Amino acid sequence: MIEVDVELCDHCGTCVAVCPMDCMLLSVNTLHIVADLCNGCGACVRVCPLGALKKVAKQGELQQ
Amino acid sequence: MRADYDVVVVGAGPAGSMAAQVASQQGVRVALLEKDGEIGIPVRCAEATSEVDLQRLIEIQPQWIANYVTRARLFAPTLQSVEIPLPSRGIILYRRLFDSGLAEAAARAGVEVFTKAYVSGVDFNRQPPLVTVNYRQEVKQIRAKIVIAADGVESRVARWAGIRTQTVLKDIESCAQYLMGNLETVTDSIDFYFSSRWAPGGYAWVFPKGKSVANVGLGVNCAWRNTYTPLAHLDAFCQELFPQGTRLATVVGGVPVAQTLKQIVADHLLVVGDAARQANPVTGGGILAAITAGQLAGTVAAEAIKKNTYRAEFLMRYQRAWARTVGRDYARFYKIKEWMLTLKDDDLNHIADSLQQYAPADLSLLTVFKVALTKHPRLLWLALKLFAGYK
Repeated sequence: MIEVDVELCDHCGTCVAVCPMDCMLLSVNTLHIVADLCNGCGACVRVCPLGALKKVAKQGELQQ
Repeated sequence: MRADYDVVVVGAGPAGSMAAQVASQQGVRVALLEKDGEIGIPVRCAEATSEVDLQRLIEIQPQWIANYVTRARLFAPTLQSVEIPLPSRGIILYRRLFDSGLAEAAARAGVEVFTKAYVSGVDFNRQPPLVTVNYRQEVKQIRAKIVIAADGVESRVARWAGIRTQTVLKDIESCAQYLMGNLETVTDSIDFYFSSRWAPGGYAWVFPKGKSVANVGLGVNCAWRNTYTPLAHLDAFCQELFPQGTRLATVVGGVPVAQTLKQIVADHLLVVGDAARQANPVTGGGILAAITAGQLAGTVAAEAIKKNTYRAEFLMRYQRAWARTVGRDYARFYKIKEWMLTLKDDDLNHIADSLQQYAPADLSLLTVFKVALTKHPRLLWLALKLFAGYK
């Protein structure tokens, strides 16, 4: 799943544009990630201009 | 805020404000909803556009203009440069003033404008669609015969109507920009730097806003992205070229360099601007596209209200009008972008080399393109593949 560094995130929404699962959404100055929908593809991590997103293991899942 | 509008526009950027204004001028009741607290803020733009092309669409207010430019300088990876006179004068805008000016023009045309109005959902299964808005700590429900999605690159409104907006990595440039001061700018030139070192799959830009201040930024193609973030690339670029510069503001964002979405209308819905991926795929410029699309969509929305018909079949007028005009140009530009993505640093250096024999006055973008193709067979081959579908 994907974790957002709220200190770094500038709420630009680039990640929302590439998310295939529609699990990211931007409200007023907050990026929300609906973890249940996320398939862990990591597209959002690649597009973030600030490196504010990273892939982390789900609980009980081995980090690769 | 009423419970019913003819048209609800989501997002008060140039596309949204323009659509709202044009629809309202035709006598329909329009609400323009902006999630942020101040229209025009935050700025997510390098702010350059063409004066003539913008003037053709709207009346430009002098206070929107920070600076005029008359030439472009293209820098190859070796920093050898090629200078091209711009076909017409360029302007560097204050987007903050531009956007709020357009929203104000919409308000003067009768549009009800709301800030801090966040649209959290649209139920397109209802007749008419029901828009849920979080506004001043309240959740409001608005019935809207037509919804215009102008909610930017992060658009979700179109997805709620079942349109696929997901954009592939190679069609997005991830961008970072500083508003930089303490520079000695060349005030009449917009500068572009091409190098895989600075901006893989994209370019870096310096757009002067005054004698010592400029937008200095770059875009990295997301499919080409390496381990460095665009912001880290920008730091390296500035360190090398503008070590004395001071960072007055940091701007980041994603720019679509895609083809327009296959579907930009659905029942009760029109999609405009970055939300529809309507930006120039070569330059990433989106202002002219947004204004054009906003005007087309606003006109069609008003026609639909008057005829009391909201089906996609009728709203297709907007999609066809776009495809016949700017859309057709951008479909061509998309192929040029694909071709440019194949250029390696060596190619860029060779092109710059071949162009040194030309005087600036004899150069245009077309000449650059021609020289690139005629002097460099590998590039001609690549271009043939793209343009003629020649495999």
